[in-house]
Amino acid sequence: MSATLILAYGLGLAQGLLVLAMALAAWRALRGPRAQDRVLGLDTVYLNGMLTIMVHGLRTGDGLSFEAAFVIALLGFAATLALAKFLMHGEVIQ
Amino acid sequence: MTGADVPLWVACLVVALALGGAGFSLVGAIGLIRLRTFYERVHAPTLGATLGMALIVAASVVYFSAAEGRPVLRDLLIGLFLTVTTPVTLILLGRAATYRDRTEGNADAPPDP
Repeated sequence: MSATLILAYGLGLAQGLLVLAMALAAWRALRGPRAQDRVLGLDTVYLNGMLTIMVHGLRTGDGLSFEAAFVIALLGFAATLALAKFLMHGEVIQ
Repeated sequence: MTGADVPLWVACLVVALALGGAGFSLVGAIGLIRLRTFYERVHAPTLGATLGMALIVAASVVYFSAAEGRPVLRDLLIGLFLTVTTPVTLILLGRAATYRDRTEGNADAPPDP
């Protein structure tokens, strides 16, 4: 029972830290003086959200969170790549 | 909550790894807030993308291997994917920022080689 308690409180604290990191990154994405700062903040929000879902999968003990985390990592990569190309050329596909 | 079937030392190891990874991600996000120019800020979140991600992936591998009684290595896929994609996105973003700063003639743009 003690292992259950340690897992519940410790992983809950880890999720709290990750959500705080997401909030800071979202503040940079909302405030960031230029567009590239906003894209960087959005990329960090994606990354920390993916880590939060992985820790949630650890807390609940089900393996299905792996797929959700992987899809979020994939979408974050595609979104940041498309936004960076848009900042450079003004269009995504040329 | 189905975490009752792992021994105590596995629980302590998993929590230590997850807390370490979350702490590194938080330090990266604080750097994203506190650093001054974009070219300093672009380095901060990679702390969470490399070390924080690696520690949380290690926690997941340890936990599921102990809970299911066999090696569960699928989470290493996320680690491999992020290790490959993070430099690509950050190089492209840095190039876009450099291009924008140079065309606008900003003072903090890196000098033209």
